[in-house]
Amino acid sequence: MKFKLTLWRVIFIVIMVLGLYSSFVRYFRGLGAVSNMTDQFPWGLWIGFDCLCGVMLAAGGFCMVGAVYLFNVERLHAVVRPAVLTAFLGYLLFIVGLMFDLGRPWFIWHQIIYRNPHSVMFEVGFCVMTYTTVLFFEFLPNVFERLNWKTPIKWIQKIYPVLIVGGILLSTLHQSSLGSLYLIMPSKLHPFWYTPALPFFFFGSAVAVGLAMTIFESTQSAKAFGRQLELPVLVTLGGALLVALWVNLLLRFEDYFHRGLLREIFKPSYEAYFLWIELTLTFVIPITMLSFKKVRVSPQLLYLASISTVLGFITNRLNIALIGFETYVGHHYVPKWTEFSITLMIIAVGFALFGVAARYLPIFGEEEKHAVVHPRVRSAEATPVLSHAGD
Amino acid sequence: MSKAILYDATMCIGCKQCEGACAQQNHLPYDDAVAAESVQSAHKYTVVLTKDDKFMRRLCMHCQKPACASVCPVGALHKTAEGPVVYDVWKCIGCRYCMVACPFSQPRYEWQALNPRVRKCIMCPDRVVAGKPTACAEICPTGATRFGEREALINEAKQRIQQNPSNYRPHIYGLEEVGGTSVLLISSANVEDYGYPASARIGDTPMPEYTGRVMERIPDFIPLWTMVLGGIYWVSHRRDEVALAEAQEKNGSAK
Repeated sequence: MKFKLTLWRVIFIVIMVLGLYSSFVRYFRGLGAVSNMTDQFPWGLWIGFDCLCGVMLAAGGFCMVGAVYLFNVERLHAVVRPAVLTAFLGYLLFIVGLMFDLGRPWFIWHQIIYRNPHSVMFEVGFCVMTYTTVLFFEFLPNVFERLNWKTPIKWIQKIYPVLIVGGILLSTLHQSSLGSLYLIMPSKLHPFWYTPALPFFFFGSAVAVGLAMTIFESTQSAKAFGRQLELPVLVTLGGALLVALWVNLLLRFEDYFHRGLLREIFKPSYEAYFLWIELTLTFVIPITMLSFKKVRVSPQLLYLASISTVLGFITNRLNIALIGFETYVGHHYVPKWTEFSITLMIIAVGFALFGVAARYLPIFGEEEKHAVVHPRVRSAEATPVLSHAGD
Repeated sequence: MSKAILYDATMCIGCKQCEGACAQQNHLPYDDAVAAESVQSAHKYTVVLTKDDKFMRRLCMHCQKPACASVCPVGALHKTAEGPVVYDVWKCIGCRYCMVACPFSQPRYEWQALNPRVRKCIMCPDRVVAGKPTACAEICPTGATRFGEREALINEAKQRIQQNPSNYRPHIYGLEEVGGTSVLLISSANVEDYGYPASARIGDTPMPEYTGRVMERIPDFIPLWTMVLGGIYWVSHRRDEVALAEAQEKNGSAK
């Protein structure tokens, strides 16, 4: 087979070379050499993006598993496998990201033996560890089907209810607990982002981003792998996303109202500018777009609305992790290029692994043959027609 | 009984002998160059700051309910019965949550090291257990830094302020802040001018309570949420089973 040098492959190679150089700096020169983190800014881009955003971007897994296997929304069946794959890769890469950020990554296993139950970080770590295992088992049938191993599939089918309920429980816990990480810093984090409601917001944004990411990734893989786009699926997701965004919006403003900040957030200030970007991308653009039926039945426009949502919530988490501390610290933190390059490398590896898995495993379209969960009735309403699409 | 340090800024002459004694006690480098550094760092646990000819020490406050110890996922930091908040480097995984969580921003990091440690004043735990004062208190020539029982030192601080009200601000910093600390400050100057967070800003609530309010609900949340999720699963799949059975029945009667 001949190796073709496409533009994307060139970009991939460049990212990998720079990333590997930065990894060398990280492990042989130390955190100080590779990053702009300081005693005043001990958490930088890697915690803000790789960890906080990474886990949020992988939320599609538990959202789709919940929709299809818990609530039995049959028509979303086709997106479960890609969503679980994304989540599994996302969590693996989150752990890889931690290996760069932790000062003593070789002791990461201390989490298992020196437990501190009062620590939110311990809870997050424990949930992530267990949930990655759950995702591994949810992903495994892909491999078994490919190898045509019937017996192990049956074993996994037996424990599937436990995996589903357990996976959603663990996701609820750690998605919200990522927000709880910041509850102990009321004097440091800017009031625009510090609120006792942080765990609720983190869970709410995870659900919204889970839906938006599924739209994004279905459209993206449709382009990349040239398969037919599941429009009824996207339409369902778009409708759910609109509801999720409204709930998030109402909760956010109820919180600002409750804490008497409603006037404050509209006054120009350094933090306000970042808040406005965040609110525009998370709420104004996608809610306006999705309110039109025309948008909800158009793959291209749905795709744009989901990108806006994802970027918005990424801004939200970066605001919490980085911008919200700048006034307290008294200076700005701008990540060093080596920090960016390691983050980019992790993302690039994620895309590459997704591509490989999609190519060699029955991720798309083949699940009808051996449904993972026991066979169930396909009633007439399970195959929605486009005429109901925008309802 | 819990031990504490009382620092009276009005008695401090800025000789920086506490800095030197601290460095010696903790095997840190100390020379004129380090003495001139007016910031705390991985190799300087305590610093004597100067502003308008007034001096102020900075060091770990050794909170009664420390945020750093409550957030550490591996329990590498803990408050001892005697008062010091100590660090077990062999447990540490380097997540730096302690640094982010500390309301006084005290822990420092060895950013240049390949196996970095968190560095902060540990209040000479070995000396304290042996019944000796901390190195900084022992060497202080004027008694500005004193070591003793927390209760006794609080009384002494109150007395000094009472006897000489024109010389002090009527406030013992560390008495109530974040639920009380094992380092107490009295001064004529405003501690905020030296980088201490304002009392109103950090409040009197122990920091761990902010997370505790959420964390303590988790043991109840887990079984409840499991039942809810399990219930939804059962209901939505039961519907399928019923539909399947009905369909089979229909087929059977049609034959």
